[in-house]
Amino acid sequence: MEIEEQLETLANSSSSSFSEKLKEVGQYPIRTTAVDILQLNISRKCNLACKHCHVEAGPDREEMMSREVFEKCLEIIGNSTISTLDITGGAPEMNPHLEWFIEEASRVAGRLIVRSNLVILKDERYRKFIDIYTRHKVEVCASLPHYAKDQADRQRGCGTFDGAVEIIGELNERGYGADGTGLVLDLVHNPVGAYLPGNQQALEHEYKTRLYDVYGIRFNTLFCITNMPLGRYLDYLLRTDNFDDYMMELANAFNPCAAANVMCKNTLSVSWDGSLYNCDFNQMLCLPADIHGKNNIMEFSPKDFEGREIVIHNHCFGCTAGSGSSCQGATES
Amino acid sequence: MSQCYFERKDLADFPNIGEFAGEEGKKFFDYYGLATSAGKLTEREKALIALTVATVQRCPYCIDAYTNKCLSIGVTKEEMMEAVHVGAAMQAGITLAQSTQMRKIIKKKEM
Repeated sequence: MEIEEQLETLANSSSSSFSEKLKEVGQYPIRTTAVDILQLNISRKCNLACKHCHVEAGPDREEMMSREVFEKCLEIIGNSTISTLDITGGAPEMNPHLEWFIEEASRVAGRLIVRSNLVILKDERYRKFIDIYTRHKVEVCASLPHYAKDQADRQRGCGTFDGAVEIIGELNERGYGADGTGLVLDLVHNPVGAYLPGNQQALEHEYKTRLYDVYGIRFNTLFCITNMPLGRYLDYLLRTDNFDDYMMELANAFNPCAAANVMCKNTLSVSWDGSLYNCDFNQMLCLPADIHGKNNIMEFSPKDFEGREIVIHNHCFGCTAGSGSSCQGATES
Repeated sequence: MSQCYFERKDLADFPNIGEFAGEEGKKFFDYYGLATSAGKLTEREKALIALTVATVQRCPYCIDAYTNKCLSIGVTKEEMMEAVHVGAAMQAGITLAQSTQMRKIIKKKEM
């Protein structure tokens, strides 16, 4: 679906508007604090084409972050107090500059995260990243929507669950997922359908118990992320006549405490072409961040970011429902 | 006014059932919250019990609420269906147990 059509669909949903909801609880507008997390979406190309993907990533996409944009990001991290570099995609491993970038970024970033679908690490061309991640203590954050194979495969494609389990096993052999190794492997749970994620702690317990008992694999933390009503997931909601109910459910579950903790306050999202957004979701809806008109990393300075009004639309209900949702999972316990 | 006694959107009205009797409503919700959240039993176990009761009692609101709740906390459709079969088996057993009375009468009355 074209972006304009997505925005129109969201604007016309039967739920109340997000800005009105924020006004009701005295939280409008939401403003940025200092940037603490720089999230780079470095590739819209992916070996998978998951049904819930808000990026609509897939094998046919070509958008890739250039070396020039990567270099500017390194310069900014090196000269700022930004603590975390969060690399996402598509499949980040498909960007030809990733190996070089990890070598450089690991020297300047306090915390380096790569969001991997894991399955790509079975491919001979990308297996080297298992070593690269281990060597540079990269935190691996991997999507595994369910601990049951049929559920997970329904969202990500046939065979993806077995592939992910195999790679988690390899990562465990390197020390990932074990206390005291400094090698962090986190998993991401997305609902496989038109419903909201449940209690993160309870789900983590189920994941840990079942994945260890059945497959002998371990991980550190489970992040529950609400599916955002955009991209392929929006198509799915509309196609199955779930859109209005889902938007209503998100709005009914609006939580002012979660709204106070939204990730966009301290996160800056950088697109493959260097353009800047308050989050990866706004990036996919082409809703640029309001930073004194400086909408590209090439002209950006962290001090310009603080105190700016965050750009919102009705998809933002996805981050404020229930226990809240962010790239680090629930925002409330 | 709608011609239907049960409307799906009315599920969202559940938090307002304390209207007109606030104190009783508050006490109900305190009790409901305590009884359905994790204790000695997990949230998952309690959600499956609630789903089973919902189907046995044929409450459309509760079936909607607890099917969604079970999905949210990772309960698989096979597990949910097993729970419903527990309810169905209990219902069948309860019906058949009533035959004791019938059989006693038959045995007394027949030559």
